[in-house]
Amino acid sequence: MAHFPNGTRRRLLGALAATPLLGPAIGLAQSRPATRAIPSSGEALPLVGLGSWITFNVGNDRVARDASTEVMRAFFQAGGRLIDSSPMYGSAQDVIGYGLRKLGRPTNLFAADKVWIADGDEGRAQIETSRRLWGIPRFDLMQVHNLLSWQAHLPTLFAMKAAGQLRYVGITTSHGRRHDDMEQVMASQPIDFVQFTYNLIDREAEQRLLPLARERGIAVIVNRPFQQGALLDRLGRRPLPSWAAEIDCTSWAQFALKFVISHPAVTCAIPATTRVDHVRENLGAAAGRLPDQALRSRMAAFVARL
Amino acid sequence: MSEWWTYGPRDLLLFSSRTYYRLFELYNLEWWPLQLAALAFGVAMLGLWRHGGDRAGRAIAVILAVGWLWVGWAFHAQRYASINLAAAYFAWAFAVQALLLLWLGGVRGQLAPTQAARLHRRAGLGLLLFSVLAFPLMTPLLGRGWTQAEVFGMAPDPTALATLGILLVTGRTPAWVLFPIPVAWCLVSGSTLWAMDAPDFALVPLAALLAVGLAVVGRLTGSFRQVWGRRPK
Repeated sequence: MAHFPNGTRRRLLGALAATPLLGPAIGLAQSRPATRAIPSSGEALPLVGLGSWITFNVGNDRVARDASTEVMRAFFQAGGRLIDSSPMYGSAQDVIGYGLRKLGRPTNLFAADKVWIADGDEGRAQIETSRRLWGIPRFDLMQVHNLLSWQAHLPTLFAMKAAGQLRYVGITTSHGRRHDDMEQVMASQPIDFVQFTYNLIDREAEQRLLPLARERGIAVIVNRPFQQGALLDRLGRRPLPSWAAEIDCTSWAQFALKFVISHPAVTCAIPATTRVDHVRENLGAAAGRLPDQALRSRMAAFVARL
Repeated sequence: MSEWWTYGPRDLLLFSSRTYYRLFELYNLEWWPLQLAALAFGVAMLGLWRHGGDRAGRAIAVILAVGWLWVGWAFHAQRYASINLAAAYFAWAFAVQALLLLWLGGVRGQLAPTQAARLHRRAGLGLLLFSVLAFPLMTPLLGRGWTQAEVFGMAPDPTALATLGILLVTGRTPAWVLFPIPVAWCLVSGSTLWAMDAPDFALVPLAALLAVGLAVVGRLTGSFRQVWGRRPK
């Protein structure tokens, strides 16, 4: 199997990728989202992606499917690449496939999906079903959803990667669950990506997972950056602090996203939305200045006091 | 799913409230004007209950069974399954309830309206009126359009509540096996609405639990009276 070693190259690539963010928060707002390298390959990925949990599960509603397509169109126009889904998300995969067909199959898509089935022998069939729903030749990233039967699925995913049927392999969890198991997999398996929850409130990942990801050269996808909207509901009752302008924040959503993506171990955050203006706003969070460590601490302390 | 006990309804909700109510809108538009026929059957059920007798009970059972079967197929399997992975199981449960209604009510005649206690008659009639007539009227009161109305015989909540209403007025020995699926559905529906922060989330589960409570109390009271009636004079 053609895996990158978890050694010097990964650490070097990870360090190079994180370097711009370790400096002071300076510079003018950019029109395109900043990128960070996937440690195992060096491939650049925009810091903000697009999740599909709940938002793209609209069933057969043609109006809602078209609205989802417009969200995807705005996402790609703003420089986005990574779209993430799962067989667990109802009709989301089908809706993504519908949108991609209408948009003429954008070539800059980074397709991330998951395998979510208890029986390891059924993994390949489920991945093939997902691929057909997306209508793409292959997935860029396939992750084991919520670590379900990861012992059975990972050998399959590594074999598919070696055969060129996938580009990257990962594991996921959310809501802060099973961090011990995730740590074990990160330490023992040659995976390319991990995905877990991290935001201004849920910061447990800072203790072990994020440092381990840097150490092992594993790319990090962050889900629930807004706590599924609860964080923004809470923050939205107050005005944005004036010092948020120092990092080009124009909204609480950008405030929350900039906190997440400015962590040097984070490769991409995947907020989900049903609105075109929100997807542009989210991508905008990766286009301006990012907070340095001092400002990150100030952001976290500010939110903790609310 | 590991650590399943740590997941709540909000973690398991796969769709937004907007998508959920659009489901009813598209469903209603697809089958219009079948809603009028469903309402007519609901009103007819009220008339049959007033009329009373064995044949009326069998007719009520058939109306309810058709409603459960229709909701299982047309709503759960054809519509809800597109956004909820569990809807296929709901469809099967609704089909089972339809078969139970046909067997126990249509064939064995266990749904014949009898002289239930006054409280049970009133509660049963109240549930019937609420589910058949008031339920669709609630839609605009909750800020949604008429096209999203939930109609007896077509939508699961009013169909389940109407069934519980009928079970309350079928005497002191209700067919207990007909309770679990409607009650379970009402609890599932209530938890779904709760997860969506719907203001009316408690309505259907509370109505279902009230029906069960009254049925149990009625049964206990009946047994109590029987025991006292046999006491030596």
